[in-house]
Amino acid sequence: MNDALPKWADIALIPLLNLTLALIVSGLVVGFIGEDPFEVLSLLIEGAVGSADGWSYTLYYATNFIFTGLGVAVAFHARLFNIGGEGQAMLGGLGVALALLYVPWPHWSLALLAAMTGAALFGAAWAAIPAWLQARRGSHIVITTIMFNFIASALMVYLLSRVLLVPGAGGSPETARFAAATNLPAIGDLYALMGWGCVERPIASVCRAPLNIAFLLALLAGFAVWALLWRTRLGYEIRAFGHSEPAALYAGISPTKIIMVAMLISGGLCGLMAINAVMGEAERLVIDPVQGAGFVGIAVALMGRSHPIGICLAALLFGMLYQGGGYVEFDIPAISREMILVIQALVILFTGALDNMVRAPMEALFLNRRRPEPALPTSATRSDGDPKERKVEP
Amino acid sequence: MDFLGLLQILDSTLRLATPLLFACLAGLFSERAGIFDIGLEGKMLASAFLSAAAASYTGNVWLGCLAGIGASLMLAAIHGVASITFRGNQLISGVAINFLASGLTVVVGEAWFGLGGRTPQLMGAARFQEIDLPFAREIADVPLLGPIYANLLSGHSALVYIGLLCVPLTWWVLYRTRFGLRLRAVGENPAAVDTAGVSVVGLRYAAVMICGLLTGLAGAYLATALSAGFVKEMSAGRGFIALAALIFAKWRPWYALGATLLFGLLEALGNRFQTIEVFDITVPTQFMQALPYILTVVILAGFVGRAIPPRAGGEPYIKER
Repeated sequence: MNDALPKWADIALIPLLNLTLALIVSGLVVGFIGEDPFEVLSLLIEGAVGSADGWSYTLYYATNFIFTGLGVAVAFHARLFNIGGEGQAMLGGLGVALALLYVPWPHWSLALLAAMTGAALFGAAWAAIPAWLQARRGSHIVITTIMFNFIASALMVYLLSRVLLVPGAGGSPETARFAAATNLPAIGDLYALMGWGCVERPIASVCRAPLNIAFLLALLAGFAVWALLWRTRLGYEIRAFGHSEPAALYAGISPTKIIMVAMLISGGLCGLMAINAVMGEAERLVIDPVQGAGFVGIAVALMGRSHPIGICLAALLFGMLYQGGGYVEFDIPAISREMILVIQALVILFTGALDNMVRAPMEALFLNRRRPEPALPTSATRSDGDPKERKVEP
Repeated sequence: MDFLGLLQILDSTLRLATPLLFACLAGLFSERAGIFDIGLEGKMLASAFLSAAAASYTGNVWLGCLAGIGASLMLAAIHGVASITFRGNQLISGVAINFLASGLTVVVGEAWFGLGGRTPQLMGAARFQEIDLPFAREIADVPLLGPIYANLLSGHSALVYIGLLCVPLTWWVLYRTRFGLRLRAVGENPAAVDTAGVSVVGLRYAAVMICGLLTGLAGAYLATALSAGFVKEMSAGRGFIALAALIFAKWRPWYALGATLLFGLLEALGNRFQTIEVFDITVPTQFMQALPYILTVVILAGFVGRAIPPRAGGEPYIKER
């Protein structure tokens, strides 16, 4: 029942409670391996948002997660579970590299357009095969997209170690650096332009922070996804298909078309992540440019209730976890980066699978609070003699 | 390739198919009861870690194996609570379990051993030893049958034989016992089972826990028999491959044996022939390594015949009030 809860409780209270539960269990894990959870938490917050330096890295990570989160969410709206964001983003990186390596772009803005096209096309293409198999052959899209992640990483190793490898890169499989003209404006350039000073720090410094113009693109993509899903005919069809396949079929919506289109958009958005990570940060294609961001997108989409605003907030949260996690690891080596994976898993578990565990008691609570209203006169007479209580009653 | 070379490949086929077989039978129990389990991978990984950790701590592989099963059962219980009691999305629950396992194994492993997520190398009684079947040496010289018995069938660890025995056992439980009949019914039409006065929740929990037990064995085999210790992400997609094998096997035990042996053969070929020359073109190593994943997709694409899953699979059962 959706109307058991007020809207604010559904979109804010329940996710917050789920998140709190996930953090409490994560705290228990931290305690279990013999560290102080509160110290870790305060270090994490300090590292993520305690300074301009921290913020610039947090927002860089958040940019990745907005793209992948939006990608997963578009598929969710068509009731498709795209776990292949990781592979699609890898292929997106390949698209970026191919667009930037072989054409001498005069200016970064032109290069950006070409790279975006390459990233989206390659990401979408990698999603197209599982989508087609789901639509026409009924193959389980969850398993096929996971397999495509493995195949993508084998393909990347092959391409980087045999085909795109630069001679003399010191053995690490990576492409040549992209031309300097294609480098995206980063936060450090803004600081230099405005004449603000930034301090060189050993771990994280605004001057060298990877936060770049792709962050704005991510916000734009969020707006575009909102407009697509809630303001266009196609978006309506995607959501209708996700709510009820037989109803959509009856309304003349082609399942094949919706599955294909939703997955192509999903793969394209995941691929666009490479604009931030490959073109903006690494400025060359390295062996694993995605670093798990495709999987984080699942947690982000679930927590953000598949709505762009929620996704941006959830992406910010995971950006904080990533940046803060690195900061914590620097101070407390026992807390390795994989701790983030644990938190991510718990967020998926509590917001996605155990949602009813929190929802059912909350619904009961709100129903109980609402029930006395029609019986107001009798309850007023019952509580006579207690002036304090009468005053509270409306 | 000579006869002995062929035997060697088949021998490693059997070794590599065993974890897939355990996981495939685990998935079979779970999915036949109507609970999808994407989390086989995670349970296998958790079991591999804890079995290696316990085996290196106690020096006894059987204790390690028990600990691994325990880890897998814990995650199975989480999956059960999420998908049966709270009627959550079974796919999402499975994905969460996979991430939880791949995170926790490294975090805890790093805290316990400080070896970058590995466990110490297992030696002696902390590993499953190879068992020689009776008369293996005596009849090794018999032509044809001798080498097959001595090289291919004999000389595996106990878990390989347990895995092979699990196939007829699963068949017997599913098709010849009352429990099995009810289990299959609950995956097809839970309302009918409920009407007959049998607990849907109880049956599904039983199936999920059997699934946990078998994936526990798969994980323990990975870390204490196939290799000598736990390595980060050592399950390498085997949980998902087992699911594909399950679909290939159309949710039947004997076919599951065949399907997992096929995947085992593929992996064995990939390990044996790092590069293959086909018509003057060298097939790259990476392609050989990706072959099991590619075959999984091909099988799922249904080019091998139509597979119909249990009808109530993936749907939580809501009892009418």
